[in-house]
Amino acid sequence: MKRFAELIDSLIFTPSRNGKIRLMGDYFTHTPDPERGIALAALTGGLTFTDAKPAALRNLVMTRVDPVLYGWSYDFVGDTAETISLIWPPRPGANREPTLTEVVETLAETKRADVPKLVERWLDALDAQGRYALIKLITGSLRIGVSARLAKTALAEWGGQPVDDIEEVWHGLTPPYLPLFAWLEGREERPAVGEGAGFRPLMLASPLEDVDIAALEASIYRAEWKWDGIRVQLVARGGECRIYSRTGDDIGPAFPDILDAMEFDAVLDGELLVLRDGVVAPFNDLQQRLNRKAVTGKMLLDYPAYVRLYDILFEGPEDLRQLGFEERRQRLEAWYARTTPRRMDLSPMLPFETWDELAELRNGARENAIEGLMLKRFDSAYVAGRPKGPWFKWKRGALTLDTVLMYAQRGHGKRSSFYSDYTFGAWKGDDLVPVGKAYSGFTDEELGMLDRWVRNHTTKRYGPVREVEQGLVLEVAFDSVHRSTRHKSGVAMRFPRVSRIRWDKPPHEADRLETLERLIVE
Amino acid sequence: MTSSSALPPAFPPESWIKVLPQGLYVEPGNFFVDPVRPAERAVITHGHADHARPGNIKVLATPDTLAIMRARYGDGAGSSLQPLPYGERLRIGEVDVRFVPAGHVLGSAQAVLEYRGCRIVVSGDYKRRSDPTCAPFEPVPCDVFVTEATFGLPVFRHPPDGREIARLLHSVELFPERSHVVGAYALGKCQRVIALIRRAGYDKPIFLHGAHIPLCNLYRELGVDLGELVPATGLKKDAFVGGIVMAPPSAVADRWARRLPDPVICMASGWMTVRQRARQRGVELPLVISDHADWDELCQTIEDVGAPELWVTHGREEALVHHATGRGIRARALALVGFDEEGQGELPDVEHPPTHDANPGTKPGLGQGALL
Repeated sequence: MKRFAELIDSLIFTPSRNGKIRLMGDYFTHTPDPERGIALAALTGGLTFTDAKPAALRNLVMTRVDPVLYGWSYDFVGDTAETISLIWPPRPGANREPTLTEVVETLAETKRADVPKLVERWLDALDAQGRYALIKLITGSLRIGVSARLAKTALAEWGGQPVDDIEEVWHGLTPPYLPLFAWLEGREERPAVGEGAGFRPLMLASPLEDVDIAALEASIYRAEWKWDGIRVQLVARGGECRIYSRTGDDIGPAFPDILDAMEFDAVLDGELLVLRDGVVAPFNDLQQRLNRKAVTGKMLLDYPAYVRLYDILFEGPEDLRQLGFEERRQRLEAWYARTTPRRMDLSPMLPFETWDELAELRNGARENAIEGLMLKRFDSAYVAGRPKGPWFKWKRGALTLDTVLMYAQRGHGKRSSFYSDYTFGAWKGDDLVPVGKAYSGFTDEELGMLDRWVRNHTTKRYGPVREVEQGLVLEVAFDSVHRSTRHKSGVAMRFPRVSRIRWDKPPHEADRLETLERLIVE
Repeated sequence: MTSSSALPPAFPPESWIKVLPQGLYVEPGNFFVDPVRPAERAVITHGHADHARPGNIKVLATPDTLAIMRARYGDGAGSSLQPLPYGERLRIGEVDVRFVPAGHVLGSAQAVLEYRGCRIVVSGDYKRRSDPTCAPFEPVPCDVFVTEATFGLPVFRHPPDGREIARLLHSVELFPERSHVVGAYALGKCQRVIALIRRAGYDKPIFLHGAHIPLCNLYRELGVDLGELVPATGLKKDAFVGGIVMAPPSAVADRWARRLPDPVICMASGWMTVRQRARQRGVELPLVISDHADWDELCQTIEDVGAPELWVTHGREEALVHHATGRGIRARALALVGFDEEGQGELPDVEHPPTHDANPGTKPGLGQGALL
């Protein structure tokens, strides 16, 4: 448990992807089986056991700690898991510290009512770092900035094998993944490809700039809308159903309505959306459904989920990925007509002759749910990753707004000495209201200039954040804007980024909130 | 001498030691302990800037503390500096004064004050665990114990410092192409961290930010071995690859650190216990190493000195007062102003600005369900 707890802590604090990969590799090197396999399952969300409820843990800590001191401590720390892990009083002569494997195996065969007793013994045996990892683990959310895909990438780099090979064999394996580690350490052959409901790495598109399009031959590409939801893979094999995100995270539990509708045997590629009366709801509505372990009946009614299908990878046991796009599309249409799954439809194909014609179509699309166009070569096989050439995404031209810089925050990792995250505002009356945050769109040189400007025009400091004079106009580009009850301004932008630094423009000439509100498409 | 009876002493402590705007005033000796404004006569517990301020006329402190004050303030340290080694007695007015090690930094002392049979110990800042750079804390039985409470909440239990140093050295090994920059307060923490790194067997040169050089030199003159130290100025970026660099907390994640190759930002501070604190400062490797007593040490010390009365000077007074009251001790917060709440300097409390809270532009990472 100690090593796992150290890993969790290091991962929380390490901002860079490569750093996290190195830390996980180091863990796999220094931790024996089966412990490292259980840790891998924890990182990839592959563990099932009776979890503990936060309220039960809070009750537990109250039996051991003065409630007044707990209250002050919680106010200071601001996080229940962390407060409990820190405040838990040591008990001299406590039991031996449990291994991660013991914790997981014991919880798997324990009834919920008996969990607190167990947890109490473990909390006594562990140090603060171990207690924190234990609490995160048993309350069912590690939340350490590591996706299942990243953990598998770390494993792949550590073992010197392509990550997609790991994805292919992944589903045939269960924790603690002994054959997988044996293969990666060169002790055994590669495990057989799993037949079950595993994740197949997605095929991704490269961005297309307007200038590049002339170089492409229009007649060999097929076009469809790029919908503004989240890309998913629906896997229904042998009665087992899974919904995977782009990175291979299983998000099924948050979408029981979709799982229910998967009464077929196929692997499909599509866009997850919230749909009401056939109209795609703003991305914000979908956001209400994301990142949940469970959903209420009311959520299912208020935010009905839907999948717009793009592609078919398997029909029954038949692997269609080597077929060309057009053939797969025909198979998809025929399959859809036969199966008529609920909560799903086909993303329509958009016939066109010339790029100009398509450009007009793209510019005419004012629906918020459309991010732009997808272009796919008619003969493209479905391959993992982002090959350059077969698929392009051609986004709609961005909207822009002149805003005023209000706050700047330090970045992380390589940017930690720079004020690189900017909160900007629009005028409402004589005041500025913050309307968004951006931390990209500028060059390194511009970042240096922005950083200097922030330091020279600071009016207040709040730890890592500086409030600045209302003196710099940032032209911000964004894909769309929505109403939001979460923000004071009442609006939320999609993908805001700095498009130009308007050193020349006086702040009072920046845009007003009303201008932004007019861009909202209901 | 020490009365632990329930009866109040003949001269109640508050009749001769008082909280004035300048600080803690000892009337029958006509001196202040760690005054926040220049005083005619000052007794100084240790060299940190919130306790030892410039501009006093007569200063009494341990020889090492006086050396530190001279190094920091030059002539501003005081018009007349009188050294009083640990354990020696001196009568000022009607008050007997002696210094006992506080274990906080080199030269740090508790001021033991006795007047007409009543003993008050003003402990300044202190810690209980061993520190290779200074003498260990000695508990002194007393009638009134005056304590800090910088880490006066039961969430603060500093881990063994050897473990923290091992984490640092493991990271140095794991990221050999990077540098490690360790933020540490210039007096005490910096030298202690270096000494601990040496004790763990690391013998390569350690680089120093310019602000750390004078006090490291002074520590060496006063007999503390720190191994080979190299100024971090004027070196090429390559020189720092695989190396450890000591710097003030304010410099580690700021422009100064841009001279270092992809630095792993480390911070040695008791505040690093709280993850959010570390993250707000952009710290990648938090090292929980503190020169202040943690909660257990505070509680243990209250037991060890056996004082029926406890005065809490600064920090998180309410929790310690609550705890002591529960143990049948008369406890109160002195509400002294001017002490660095954060204890270590340069680690300001972070307020939250009214910013646009969420980032509506990004698709959220999946699997970030709200915990607890």
